Amino acid sequence: MRKLEFLLALALAGAMIAAAIAAPWLRFVLTIALAKGIAVMGILLLLRAGQVSFGHALYIAFGAYTVAFLAPRLNDAVLLLVVAAGGAALLGLVIGLFVTRYRQIFFGMLNLAMCMVFYSLLEKLYHITKGSDGIRVEIMPVAGQALDRIAYEWTIFGIALALAFALGALLRLYLVSPMGEALKGIKTRETRLEFMGVPARGVLLAAYVVSAGVGGIGGALIAMTSRHVTPLLSYWTASGELVFIAILGGAGGVLGPFLGAAAYELIRVYAAASFADAWQMILGTALLLVILFAPGGLWGMAARAIGGRSR
Amino acid sequence: MAEWFQDNGLLLGLALLDGLSSAGLIFLVAVGLNLVFGVLRIINVAHGSLYAIGAYTAASIGLFLSTRGLPQWAALPVLLLSAALVGAVLGPLIERFILRRIYAGEEVVQLLVTFALFMILEDVQKLLWGVQPIHHDAALKLLGTIDVPFGSDFIPFTNYQLFVLPGFAIVTLIGLAWFLRRTLTGRVIVAVTTDREAATAMGIDAAKVFLLTFTFGAMLAALGGALSSPTAALVPGIGAQTIVLSFAVVATAGLGQIEGAALTSLMMGLGRSIAVYFEPELEVVVPYIIMVLVLLVRPQGLFGVIETRRV
Amino acid sequence: MSEALLRASGLHLAFGGVRAADGIDLDVMRGEFLAIIGPNGAGKTTFINMTTGYLKPHAGEIAYEGRRITGLSPRAIVRLGIARSFQLPQLFLEHTVEQNVALAVASREGIWSPLVPLLRPGYREEARDILDRFGLSAIADTRADALNEGARKLADIAMAVALKPRLLLMDEPTSGVAASEKMAIVETLVTVLRDAKVTAVFVEHDMDVVERFADRVAVWSQGRIAALGPPAEVLADPAVQREVIGIERHAATPEAPHA
Repeated sequence: MRKLEFLLALALAGAMIAAAIAAPWLRFVLTIALAKGIAVMGILLLLRAGQVSFGHALYIAFGAYTVAFLAPRLNDAVLLLVVAAGGAALLGLVIGLFVTRYRQIFFGMLNLAMCMVFYSLLEKLYHITKGSDGIRVEIMPVAGQALDRIAYEWTIFGIALALAFALGALLRLYLVSPMGEALKGIKTRETRLEFMGVPARGVLLAAYVVSAGVGGIGGALIAMTSRHVTPLLSYWTASGELVFIAILGGAGGVLGPFLGAAAYELIRVYAAASFADAWQMILGTALLLVILFAPGGLWGMAARAIGGRSR
Repeated sequence: MAEWFQDNGLLLGLALLDGLSSAGLIFLVAVGLNLVFGVLRIINVAHGSLYAIGAYTAASIGLFLSTRGLPQWAALPVLLLSAALVGAVLGPLIERFILRRIYAGEEVVQLLVTFALFMILEDVQKLLWGVQPIHHDAALKLLGTIDVPFGSDFIPFTNYQLFVLPGFAIVTLIGLAWFLRRTLTGRVIVAVTTDREAATAMGIDAAKVFLLTFTFGAMLAALGGALSSPTAALVPGIGAQTIVLSFAVVATAGLGQIEGAALTSLMMGLGRSIAVYFEPELEVVVPYIIMVLVLLVRPQGLFGVIETRRV
Repeated sequence: MSEALLRASGLHLAFGGVRAADGIDLDVMRGEFLAIIGPNGAGKTTFINMTTGYLKPHAGEIAYEGRRITGLSPRAIVRLGIARSFQLPQLFLEHTVEQNVALAVASREGIWSPLVPLLRPGYREEARDILDRFGLSAIADTRADALNEGARKLADIAMAVALKPRLLLMDEPTSGVAASEKMAIVETLVTVLRDAKVTAVFVEHDMDVVERFADRVAVWSQGRIAALGPPAEVLADPAVQREVIGIERHAATPEAPHA
């Protein structure tokens, strides 16, 4: 299974590169999908502990606005990615210290609250954020290299793909490590952890900080790709979208977020182009169908098709 | 202080009256959400859509009938009938064909199913009613205005907002409390809320209780929407705004708590309208600040009961 | 067996009007197996809950190796070497039996490593070894939610043992275990614990088990210790027979809720 998963990841990456070469607009869509997939890995981590965050768009928006604010001063994509990841992780630590005291619906709703507070700040503090107009992000050098538009877009796509691979590999390790398994233990028997001397809240907090950090990375990549950030990045429906992608992809494997994100973005683009007024309806229906008829998500379907078990 | 009142007294009075009427609306919607959550253990994201559809339906039926020479006094009953209609049609439809399939599922899946429903209904609403604002305020005009004495001044305010909205909230609060405590069906609902396993073991027909509760909750959401329709123009997005506010109320009040929802709605309604008049930037943030503060002190919500785990 | 490992003095705790502990004084001697018997609701589980930090006594204190531990969190108490098992097994249901035990092994020091597998050589061998001793090797790869009651119970105790405690508190280790398996399981357990030089306190309803394996018996009745001594002596006491054993024999099955 392990080898298969790696081969499947390579195949998916190959397909993405081929698609990006074939159609430039797909390159844009797939970079966004990769960025969201990276962020959704964080959702996946929290789902391991049985916790649903309905507010992780906050970290995406934070990463994206970090890029938008700092680009004029810190004009390099690599540096900005590092700063966005670190900043989001730090914000995750502060908020996490508070929200990890809560579980289930309270956890979900407090995250939602934080996300909506951030949304309101972005929208209302016009003199800093330009409100709902948002901020434009110019093409920036990458690792000191000034690039033209096409080269820049390819480079960001490449960075997103490389990060997806690297972070996906790390996440795989994390999930089967004592920390990752203890995280899963929170879902079924949190009290037992305490009776084993393990601080359950600390285990959850660690995962939360990681999830915030990857959210920041995803957001930074989105800002660099769409080159325009608006408060809508932090609206609660954007948080719902992340959970949506996690479930669409299937919470089983690390590939799930990326399968889910690619499918989500492609359906969205297609639906928006063909039925401008009904793209949400089409996405919603797709989600309903997956949940009702393919509970393992896309990754579950893929795993079944190959004949392995989605574990 | 006295000077401040001299300058801002009228504004404060207006804020209080506004807050009272918006608290009434918030309560109607939130209490439905809380009731449904208590019994079905599902946070219904689509509750906001039911609110929006209730509002749109009431406005269009009102508009239609007014062109057919509907007597003026009928404006109010039309609002109520529209709400009942929306709840009675959509409630059972959603419960029977969608929710019933996922009662055994994981929490995240349940949440997402209602999120998918929300996305679908959002577009249904746009397809049916378009994106242009719709406004029908016959009920508001019918009841006229009143000069509310405030200190040495008078504040002109509509009777509809002053009496009808809080009135319906109070009637609902009292009626619901009576229903749940004094009638057999009500007690069955409470039994299922407190201990579902024990209740079903005692032979309570959970399926019937779920259907009934969800339909009733849907009617309350639609009622909130219908009653709000004369006070403001209807635009896409009101469902999304309403549901996040209701989430905040439910989490702050404590799960399944009716009186808690009333008190919380009052706090959030007043808090928000005071913000509108004095610090408009904070309007959207106030409910979440209240929520965070309450949960800091009482992690289970204002009136929530701590679930102790047996070991 | 002369020195007290755990010393409870003057413990009081009441839930509403029910006195779960009403002046408990008890010494647990190093190396002994102490059985706690008594009718349901007498406060036996409450004693374990207080010792492990899950409940705080209203009055009195518990000292472990001369150190006061009342008021410490369950986590801190585990770290001092006191582990417990549960009347209702508390397993990580979505993990295999092996992973459950390995998590307990890891929680002794290695829980914070995010990038090395839980089932790394060291941990895996130790977990396998414990499962071996408990006779659970055959179901090492079974998920905990698919186990029968007896296996759950054993796995639950195996996790506690994997914490390498010096004092182990077991809440009804044989309840829910089929009568035919009971003695074999207890036999295994006693061997494992004696090998590891663990002092054990166990709440037990089966008098045959008590008679055979306990060094001493404490009889709980309405939050008090009604009798304390070697099993042969205590169980022969007519008052104890009437109060406790009679009740046990009659009300053998459904368990009253424990706090």
